[in-house]
Order: sequence, then structure tokens, then C-alpha cells
Amino acid sequence: MKPFLFGLLVIGLLAWAPLVLNDYGTGLLLGLTGYATLATAWAMFSGPTRYVSLATVAFFGIGAYTVAVLSETLPYPLVLVVAALIGLSVSLVVGLATLRLAGVYFVIFSFGLAELVRQTVTWYEVNVTGTLGRYIFLPLEARHIYWQLLALLVLTLLIGIYMRKSRIWLALVAVGDDEVAARHAGVDVTRTKLALFALSATIITLVGAIQAPRWTYVEPTIVFNPTISFLTLVMALLGGAGKLWGPIVGAIPLFLLFEWLSANFPNHYSIILGGIFILIVFAVPNGILARLETLGQRRKGEAQ
Amino acid sequence: MFEHLINGLVLGGTYALVAMGLTLQYGIARIMNLSFGDTVIAAAFAAYVLFTALGLSPLLSLLIVVPAGFAFSYGIFSLIMRPLVRRSANSEALEVDSILATFGLLFVIQGVLLVLFGGNFTSYSYLNVPVDILGAVVALNRLSALILAAVLGGALVLLLMRTRWGLRMRAVAISASSAPLVGINVIQTSRMAFAIGGALAASGGVVISMYQTFTVTSGVVFTMKALIVVIMGGKGSLPGALAAGLILGLVETFVAAYIDPGLTLASTYLIFLALLLLRPSGLFGKAS
Repeated sequence: MKPFLFGLLVIGLLAWAPLVLNDYGTGLLLGLTGYATLATAWAMFSGPTRYVSLATVAFFGIGAYTVAVLSETLPYPLVLVVAALIGLSVSLVVGLATLRLAGVYFVIFSFGLAELVRQTVTWYEVNVTGTLGRYIFLPLEARHIYWQLLALLVLTLLIGIYMRKSRIWLALVAVGDDEVAARHAGVDVTRTKLALFALSATIITLVGAIQAPRWTYVEPTIVFNPTISFLTLVMALLGGAGKLWGPIVGAIPLFLLFEWLSANFPNHYSIILGGIFILIVFAVPNGILARLETLGQRRKGEAQ
Repeated sequence: MFEHLINGLVLGGTYALVAMGLTLQYGIARIMNLSFGDTVIAAAFAAYVLFTALGLSPLLSLLIVVPAGFAFSYGIFSLIMRPLVRRSANSEALEVDSILATFGLLFVIQGVLLVLFGGNFTSYSYLNVPVDILGAVVALNRLSALILAAVLGGALVLLLMRTRWGLRMRAVAISASSAPLVGINVIQTSRMAFAIGGALAASGGVVISMYQTFTVTSGVVFTMKALIVVIMGGKGSLPGALAAGLILGLVETFVAAYIDPGLTLASTYLIFLALLLLRPSGLFGKAS
């Protein structure tokens, strides 16, 4: 019962925060919650299966762009539903084509997916609708967006907690450890991977859709910015993609660092981030949390 | 029609050249290099600078840019990849590690280029004279790009297929774990393959800069296309990369000419998808 109450308290505090924070603080909290959700959703699939997905921004952009296209014709909640459905169907197509093959095909496909979607959307807008770039006028303030993101983050975490207690988690970990062995043990490998990829992609699409009103002007180059995929990946890996709290632990310092870098070194941040990322791959291959655990165990071992 | 065929061959020849580099890096050195296209673009910018600042023709700048690409990749392998090769327990772990490390490298290279050159479209005019071949009009720079790609690619295929050195390379590509049993130094061979792959990327970049506009961010698309060509041709297969590169270039040119230039990447993806569904081991690869 205690962790449950503690959780409620933290959520309550976080939900209350924008009422006392200024605009900058709320914006910061909003961005952080967005990335924390992206990283957690990313790790939901890529953590246990160890399939590196580089397609985060493809789904994020699909969500944001759907809102830009539909926000004036449909009521807002319905727009979110449509966005989620589009994200779901794209992820199912991509997953069905690539997930039954070796992991590297999936990585390659996901690597170029954002560029493909961006070019296709651009082509469609230029040739069919004749408008490149759209305005979003929705009566949503920063705190409204933040509350939605917070709710989505909590939901994502709850799914994560529930999954870790279910059989599907065992199946996933088995797939990540040794796919052939998992198949022999009776795990429907492809279906498990596909379901999880679709779930993770749908959440990512929703993050994009919810955050879209933050930009009043949207065009493909803005919403399909590859830096978003990169940051999500770095955050999840820094904290540890295999742990429930890992992505959030990674998201907090990296988001603040990114904010600081883009304010102070707007031209150099991608060099610095790239360098940091390479360091992470070398120094903490399994993430900070796993590192701390092994350190803790070693200390315990020494004490005995 | 004939004109499109020649242009398609030029584009395809360039893709084949670049993809041969990637297939060496991935097939032999077992490094999945996501920053490959950015090496290509860096070389294109180098050729651009040498041409505009020093008036050096791209053919001459190859003599500077290609060794630089070799040295750069040699250094990257020694600094970043070798520790990963050592650490990885199996080839799958190495694949994931190399994907992650080179993904970081991609942003570093792109960031450096962005600081140096900004985000604008860049091109220069070299040998932009029309040539008449059997009634089709082709720019001389495109024609020399095709010849260059053919010469470099042909030389590499000969080296790999006819020399003892090439035999070592192919042995490591077939089985990195058994190669040491016959006295092959796998790390050394991998490093050489990775560096030659970088040299090919650099030559591809110079060739591309002769007839295409490019930006700092177009590296991703080149990596993507090179990867698709490598997979189409079968991992580590040079003739496969050659054939697949030409096919891709021809398809793209015809799609751009007859359907819509905005849909070339979509057509590339469609080929890739069809291939994944029908022949996941590649055109020339052996079924596993």
C-alpha cells in the first residue's frame, strides 16, 4: 500500500506544480514529461527485446501532423483517437514486414522511416492539398498539455508495472536473451514483438499529438526532426532501457542538459550530445540503474 | 528514354560505389555504420571546398579526400570500434553496440559540418558541358562520375577476388570465428576493411558532389540507400552491391522521370519491403 500512496502523492505534486510555476517552469516541466514518456514508451519495446528502434520521431511526427490536419474539422478528443489509430496501423505494417526477420532489418527500416514519412507527407501536401505548413489553433494552454502528458506518462508506467507482472514479460525477456530458444520454449516470438512494438509506437504517436498545439505552426521539417529520436534513445539508454524507471532517470539530467546546451551552444549541441552518447555506450552499456545495482551488490559483498 | 537510362546508370554507379564501402564495413568488419552517409557527405563538402577555394578539380581532390577518408575510418575503428569488438560476446551484441556508437558519431559529424558549412544546399559547377551519346544528351560531369565509379569499383572487385589479401578479407567475411584458425589476424583485417570502406565512402562523396546538390543533413538518406543496396545484394557481397546499386539508381531515375521526383525515396522503400518479404537473404546472398 505504501508505494501506492507515495505514487499518488508524487503525481498530485506534479499535477499541482504548473499552478505555482511561471510559464518557463511549466514549459520546462512539459518538455521533460514529454521526453520521459517518449523514453519510457521506447524502452517498453526496445528494452526487453533489444531491438533498437530509430523510428521514434516517425510516430511522434505522425501524431503531431494528424492534429495539425484535423484540429479544425474534428473535436479534439476524437483527433487524438484518430492519431493513435494511424500510429497503430503504421506500426503494424512496419512490424509485420520487419519483425519476423533478424533485428538488423528492423533497425535499418526504422532508421529511414522518419525520412520516408516526412518526404511522403511533403509530397502529398505539395501535390494534393497544395499547402505545406499548417496552423494549429486550439484553446489549450501549456498546463493543459502538461496534464495530458502527465496522465499519459502515468498510464505508460502503469502498463509497464502490469507487464512486468505478467507472462508476456517473461516471453519478452526470453526473446531478448535468445530468440531461438524462446521460440522453442513455445513463445510466439513475432506476435509478442509485434504487439509490444505497436503499443509503444501508439504511445509515442500520442505524445506527438498531445504536444502538437505547443507549436502554433507545423510543417514536416519541424515535427519530423531526427533529434527527437536521438534524444529519446540516449535518455532511455543512459537510465537503462531494461528497467521501468531507467528511462525517466535518464530523461531528467539529459533533458535539462539539452535545454542548457541549446540555449548556450545552439550550434554545437549535436556535437556535444553525440559525444556524450558515445561515452554512454562505452561507460554505462546497461544504464545508470544497472550500474548502481552492481556497485551496491559489490559493496554488500565486501561488507560480508 | 535512353537519356534516363544513362542518368540512372550514373546514379546507380554512385550508389554501388558507396554501398561497396558499406558492405566491406558491415560484411567484413561486422560494424553496422549508421554514420556512413555522413562520411560521404563530409567528403562531398571537402571536394566542394577544394574546388571553390583552391580551384582543384574533383578528380585531383580524390587524391587528398580518399586517403583522408581511409585515415579517418582507420582512426574511428581503432578508437571506438575496437574496444566494442573486444567487449562483445557475440556478433549480435557487436551489432547493437556498433549501431548505437555510430548513431552517436552521426550526430557528431553532422554537427561539425553544420558549424562549418551551415544548413544550405550546396553544389558547384564542374564539367557541366553537354555530351551527345547516341542521340542522348548527358552532362560530362555525370559521365565522368559513372566512369570513376566503374574504375574504382572494378579495381576493388579485382583486388578482393584475385589477391591473397582479398582472400583474407573474404575469409573473415565468411566466418570471423574460424579465420584465426588459418592464421588470419581478424582485428587487423577488420580494421583494414573498415578503413577501405571509409575510403570508398569518401570517393563516393567526391563523385556525388560532381553532379548533385547536397546538404549537411542528406547523409541519412545515403546511409539508408547504401544499407538497402547492401541488403539487396547480400551482406558482404561486392557483385551483389554492384547489381543492387545499379537497380536502385535506375528505378529512382525512372520514378523521378515518369512518376514524380518526390516519390523516389518511397520507391526505394517499396523495393526494400518487397525484397524483405520475398528474399530476405538478398539477391546474391545464400538462404540461411
